[in-house]
Amino acid sequence: MNCEPVIDLWLDCRSMRCPLPIIELARRFDQVPIGGTIAVVTADLAARVDVPAWCRLRHQEYVGERSAEDGLPAYVVRRTS
Amino acid sequence: MTNSPRPNQTPSITSGSDYLDSASSAPLHPAAREAFLAALDQGYADPRRVHGPGRSARLLLDNARAVIAECLGVRPDEVSFTGSGTDAVHRGLLGLHGGRQRSGTTLAFSAIEHSAVFEAARWVGAPTLSLPVGRSGTVDLRHVKEAVDNQEAPLSVVALQLANPEVGVIQPTADVAAALGDVPLFMDASAATGHIAWPDGWSVAAASAHKWGGPAGIGLLVVRKGARWRNPFPADDRIDPRVSGFENVPAALAAAAALQVVTQARETIAKGQRGLLHQLRAELATIPDLEIISPESNGLPHLLAFSCLYIDGEALVTEMDRRGFAVASGSACTSSTLSPSHVLEAMGVLTHGNVRLSLGPSTTADDLLRFAGALRAVIAELRQRVGLPS
Repeated sequence: MNCEPVIDLWLDCRSMRCPLPIIELARRFDQVPIGGTIAVVTADLAARVDVPAWCRLRHQEYVGERSAEDGLPAYVVRRTS
Repeated sequence: MTNSPRPNQTPSITSGSDYLDSASSAPLHPAAREAFLAALDQGYADPRRVHGPGRSARLLLDNARAVIAECLGVRPDEVSFTGSGTDAVHRGLLGLHGGRQRSGTTLAFSAIEHSAVFEAARWVGAPTLSLPVGRSGTVDLRHVKEAVDNQEAPLSVVALQLANPEVGVIQPTADVAAALGDVPLFMDASAATGHIAWPDGWSVAAASAHKWGGPAGIGLLVVRKGARWRNPFPADDRIDPRVSGFENVPAALAAAAALQVVTQARETIAKGQRGLLHQLRAELATIPDLEIISPESNGLPHLLAFSCLYIDGEALVTEMDRRGFAVASGSACTSSTLSPSHVLEAMGVLTHGNVRLSLGPSTTADDLLRFAGALRAVIAELRQRVGLPS
């Protein structure tokens, strides 16, 4: 993938199950500046739907899915407000 | 000590009015109970026999078939009784698929069909095509037309729910049927029957009696005259060649009795339920980070699904049950596979903290006000537990 965004904050939610990855995202969201990116790394199947849905509900930008170093999905969010 | 079977005592059972899960299974309608008990005594014999008790059973069965046909606006000889809604779906879908083998082999369905459709397609080993749905939950007619026009993968049948059991969205069934041309439409009417009228245009339909107040263990398979339907399973030497096994006469009669009463009162009940859910929507709109998923204008009258951010669906259902409210959830933590509901996933809506409530005919505005109050408290408590603002 070209133009991959630099991730400002990696959230290790590998051992977490729904809805904990989203709770972690909400808790630590303001640790990045506006325009910054956060990656939620988790094997939780619900996160693939729930991270984009969270972005829609909280008016943030869902950037997309990529792979973490260990191959687990990382769901990338950009803080817009 | 006696050896007679007794149900285990359960610690707490939600009282009738706070049972908000009729879409999973409705309580037995009093009319169904009465018909069932009468038919247990009068309809036990083999309805194929020409002796008196046999003729009595046959009369009850034919009566049940005639009543159901009238309720659904079909012919009595188009109605078959199956052992469940799932069996009706399997037979209906696979029978149409098998009847079309010369013209097409690809079995198409919406992405939010019941798992019975997916499992039937997997079992028969046919190539499949999943029609996506948008956030509203409805299939796009353009996708349907593209699938029909695709010469590379000619369709055998298209399966579409009349309405979805998890979110209540009603599909544009008649429009889809019109777009299909020669391709037959299989309509899964399990969630909708008894709540909204059946449209036209389908070839075969399936329904399930325990969703409208009939007993469990009885489904409907309706095959329109002229539909190219072929029994996909071994034949049986019974009255009705479309199904197998000894006829469950009491359950068929009870299903018919319930459907008759429910159909007569349908418009009145639906109007009342729409009003109740409209009020509930206004209440829920004041709870932060709660998203209503069910469409208001295009949904089943008795069903409302919503999701709440940061809430564990299983904890929510358990806490509501402790307060006396029985509701369902499509969240991952409430499923055996730990994967979220394929319906919520396909619609792209929040899957955690999901609740589906479905009203009964006696649910009142006061019941729903108490429900909203309990829900608000439970959500606040659960969010507080994880340290998030409620």
